[in-house]
Amino acid sequence: MYATSYHRTSSVDEAVNLRASQDEGRYISGGMTLIATMKQRLAAPSDLIDLRHIAGLKGITVKGRTVRIGAATPHADVASSVEIRALCPAICNLAGMIGDPHVRHMGTIGGSVANNDPAADYPSAVLALNATIITDRREIPADEFFQGMFETALQDTEILTAIRFEAPDKAGYAKFANPASRYALTGVFVAKTASGVRVAVTGAGSGGVFRVPEMEAALGASYLPESVAGISVDPGLLMEDMHATAEYRANLVRVMAKRAVQSSL
Amino acid sequence: MGMEGIGARVTRKEDKRFLTGKGRYTDDMVVPGMKHAFFVRSPHAHARITGIDASVALGMPGVIAVLEGKQLQADGIGNLICGWMVHSKDGTPMKMGAWRPLAIDTVRYVGDAVAIVVADSAAEARDAAEAVMVDYDELPAVTTSLAALGADAPQIHPEAPGNLIFDWQIGDPAATDAAIAAAAHVIEIDILNNRLSPNPMEPRATLGIYDEAEDHFTCYTTSQNPHVARLVMSAFYNVAPENKLRVIAPDVGGGFGSKIYIYPEEIVCLWASKKTGVPVKWTSDRTEAFLTDAHGRDHVSTVKMAFDKDHRITGLKVDTVANLGAYMSLFSSAVPTYLYATLLSGQYAIPAIHANVRTVYTNTVPVDAYRGAGRPEATYLLERTIETAARELGISPVELRRKNFIRTFPYQTPVIMTYDAGDYEASLSAAMQAADWDGFPARRAQSEARGMKRGIGMSCYIEACGIAPSQAVGSLGAGVGLWESAEVRVNAVGTIEVLTGSHSHGQGHETTFAQLVADRLGVPIASVNIVHGDTDKVQMGMGTYGSRSGAVGMSAVVKALDKVEMKAKKIAAHLMEADEADIVIENGDVKVAGTDKSLPWFQVALAAYTAHNLPSGMEPGLKESAFYDPSNFTFPAGCYIAEVEIDPETGKTEILQFVAADDFGNIINPMIVEGQVHGGLAQGIGQALLEEVRYDENNGQLLTASYMDYAMPRADDLPSFSLSHQNTPCPGNPLGIKGCGEAGAIGSPPALMNAITDAIGINTLSMPATPLKVWSALQAVQMRQAAE
Amino acid sequence: MAKVTLTVNGRAMAGECDDRTLLVHFIRDRLGLTGTHVGCDTTQCGACVVHMDGKSVKSCSILAVQASGSTVTTIEGLAVQGELHPVQAAFNQHHGLQCGFCTPGMVMTAVDMIARHGGQLDEATVRQELEGNICRCTGYHNIVKAVLSANEQMHGAQRQAAE
Repeated sequence: MYATSYHRTSSVDEAVNLRASQDEGRYISGGMTLIATMKQRLAAPSDLIDLRHIAGLKGITVKGRTVRIGAATPHADVASSVEIRALCPAICNLAGMIGDPHVRHMGTIGGSVANNDPAADYPSAVLALNATIITDRREIPADEFFQGMFETALQDTEILTAIRFEAPDKAGYAKFANPASRYALTGVFVAKTASGVRVAVTGAGSGGVFRVPEMEAALGASYLPESVAGISVDPGLLMEDMHATAEYRANLVRVMAKRAVQSSL
Repeated sequence: MGMEGIGARVTRKEDKRFLTGKGRYTDDMVVPGMKHAFFVRSPHAHARITGIDASVALGMPGVIAVLEGKQLQADGIGNLICGWMVHSKDGTPMKMGAWRPLAIDTVRYVGDAVAIVVADSAAEARDAAEAVMVDYDELPAVTTSLAALGADAPQIHPEAPGNLIFDWQIGDPAATDAAIAAAAHVIEIDILNNRLSPNPMEPRATLGIYDEAEDHFTCYTTSQNPHVARLVMSAFYNVAPENKLRVIAPDVGGGFGSKIYIYPEEIVCLWASKKTGVPVKWTSDRTEAFLTDAHGRDHVSTVKMAFDKDHRITGLKVDTVANLGAYMSLFSSAVPTYLYATLLSGQYAIPAIHANVRTVYTNTVPVDAYRGAGRPEATYLLERTIETAARELGISPVELRRKNFIRTFPYQTPVIMTYDAGDYEASLSAAMQAADWDGFPARRAQSEARGMKRGIGMSCYIEACGIAPSQAVGSLGAGVGLWESAEVRVNAVGTIEVLTGSHSHGQGHETTFAQLVADRLGVPIASVNIVHGDTDKVQMGMGTYGSRSGAVGMSAVVKALDKVEMKAKKIAAHLMEADEADIVIENGDVKVAGTDKSLPWFQVALAAYTAHNLPSGMEPGLKESAFYDPSNFTFPAGCYIAEVEIDPETGKTEILQFVAADDFGNIINPMIVEGQVHGGLAQGIGQALLEEVRYDENNGQLLTASYMDYAMPRADDLPSFSLSHQNTPCPGNPLGIKGCGEAGAIGSPPALMNAITDAIGINTLSMPATPLKVWSALQAVQMRQAAE
Repeated sequence: MAKVTLTVNGRAMAGECDDRTLLVHFIRDRLGLTGTHVGCDTTQCGACVVHMDGKSVKSCSILAVQASGSTVTTIEGLAVQGELHPVQAAFNQHHGLQCGFCTPGMVMTAVDMIARHGGQLDEATVRQELEGNICRCTGYHNIVKAVLSANEQMHGAQRQAAE
């Protein structure tokens, strides 16, 4: 790791002001991706602004069918939230599949969504649930938030403060893990609401998380696993590496979509 | 068997320190004035070094020195060597290229060490290492063995034209060709054995300490054989004479072969300590471990197996090309020759065998022994071939094996080995019963009903352990003898220290060696201490690898105990005025048989040291040593069965059951033996399902340089295992034990691959059987079927 | 340089280190508690697992300054007055360790796992929960046995006490 300067902050304003005064600063929450990247010397922020101790960023609130998860809420808290599980068990299950128990104790939903790693789990849920990304200055719909691998609509100093979504009628997540890293080789989140079905895929797309309109239409017509069994995505849009060819990922998108629907029934 | 003697499931004496965080590994060592090293390594697979500029680095915070290869060479430090001479079939010696501890003119793999930076902290050393400017002229690189033999391949060492190190053979080519020509059936198959990284969880580390006043070096290192390290560093690398070099391998966090060898880092840190006047510690990180720890396997073979009309094997012809990487590591030449081709008869009576082995240089990490070393390659080749033969001949794989089993012993194979004892049928039957082999068709039907593909496969392995006798291995080219030593020191109060040249890095010697003493003298294991891993404390020894600590190391303890017992009996006979022949040692007492005369053990020991009343002419003291050189290898054997279910939609394999039936001869501690099998199985299953080192063939970059890309077996990849033991005692050593450290890794890959290929009905599948590979194979078949 | 204050194994400790110093290196190098190990550089092997404010974390992926102010338990803090914690005892009883290098992380993981599951553990759950800990020696067979046995002992004892 290159040298860096650490700053612990206790309010969002303090963090934003500090960040604005630095060229190469980065926010850090659980740090489960950022510290690992810094250890590999693939990132070299001059300053780290720690958001983990800002009280307002933590916690889960459920009002009616509206779920709000504070950005600094660790994955373990989402996985074990009785309130969320009653409304949308799929996102609890997804949170319980991220990393490992120790990573889930530190890593946060805000950090994961803001980082938008193409193999991270949360972006698929946020996109499929049509969630709202709340920041220190605005609210961003999921469809506008994710802008390609590691790219989001967040401005330099902007802080993701919470994720909010309406609980769907049904939702399911199915993940096929990379045999080595255990990140999603392909993960599919399916959510059914009154306004339709949304299907979001992580781990597979060469442009990061993406939706599959054909599957959404088919499931909108008939919400059954078989409905997606015959729908394939274009391998040309998918990532290729030593663990999976684009064709294999295309197959996994279909199979995981089917299983995500199955798990939601 | 006493409560703590041979055969008892004694829990381990060494556990407490590991369980409470008090283990002492090399990286835990801190000495006054200690500084930290980081190595500047080649980012290229093959390049000429045209210049090294350390001026910027030398000005950075905390930096003490930047040292390079030319300085090392000027100080007379020698090159690394391979310690086993193999001759090509034309009689010429193997062609060993120079391996400098720090490269001078040429780098030959990504990770080749170029310079060492010493600084106040590890982080500062790493910062400065990035600032050392090395100019390279890149050269074309080659990573696979077959490509390296190609006419247009880059030349890696001037000493080895065409990158060929040796072209060696064993067996009778004419007889084998004749058998194939006369055969009723000939089965041909190509076999790939994937390249692996051993991955002990403790990364390598070393701490070099030079004491100017005494002109003496101390080397803490993560070694399986500290004495061999000292010998080689003294005799070949010219670091220091043996009496001026102490090597300590304290607690070592696993080895699996990769910590047998002496690597550049130990040598360079010792030299750097003298150069800088400060103790120098280096600890590898995991990426560096992938880049520099010796890899294992990497064989490409073609096989022909000949059968007569009754399905008896009449001949076996094997052609193997083994990738040895960029330099010849310490035992690299022995692995694909004497540890591999000599086991090609397996458990079968094969009248004619011929194997040809070519070893080649490539621009990859050196390849050497990894758990099993040669024997997994032989077993995989043979057991995949016989399974394929059964499928092609349309007969039961069980019956084909049974028909060809060796059933009388000793049995001389056509490839050097003389099997001393075994009962292959016993392990086969035990494994089949444990796996409910006969109930498989019904289970398969159940899986099919759920849309899953179920398969079952077996493997009957044999291996050779306890690598020995010295004279024999010497005649085959070994640079060292392969005996073991022991010293048994009885203290004046009767407690005992056993000094052994074996090294424990997870095997539990501190318990099993003590059990041996407890069994013999009837003393509690709490009063026995096992001392190992320090050249200043322990007499010369050969270390731990090749499942040799039990068969060879413990046999040396037996010999030393024989001497101790003889002397103790003489003293007791004198004290009790009895005939020496009537003295027996029972439950910690020394007695005159048939009388009530008895002395507690400690009194005999005390008498030896007070020396007030010893037999006339006897030296005081009770301490004996022995060097044991075995008369033969030992031959553990067994049968493994794997049952799998494959999800055809994803290609993912789930292991439903894994059965191991092993004949290790006599067993000292069944709990520890089972643990060794579990670990071996996990590594073998890892090889078959998950693990593979991969290089970019275009530029020689290592693609699997971390656990992000190299798939290590985790708890949820594996089942619980079903184990049993059969026992034909080994006639070759006093304890009748054969060795158990490697069997799991040897027998399991073919069992699993036979099960997977059985499940999917496709025989040509190479390891590892990743979901991607299995799914792709199934797709290819579907597309072929659709086209037909 | 940053000042780091921690309560480690019940004792208040303070020290200075670079901001970039990882918690594991602070524990090992500054505090001399070398039971916590580093086995990888990608947050995967779990040899470095400690408890921070009561939860298992990977100390190789947290800066010491990030942890400042928290309460940390390392493997050295588990046994009370020389008596092994039931998880440590179970690892010994069931031969759940060989070379011992991954063992501290495995034990700290098991303690956390057993606490979180309140006695409801089976083999499949234990294997899943061990996803963040790599062992190269044991094939996990005896680690799984040890965790289940410790779980039974700890929660069996609780159940008996409740009855």
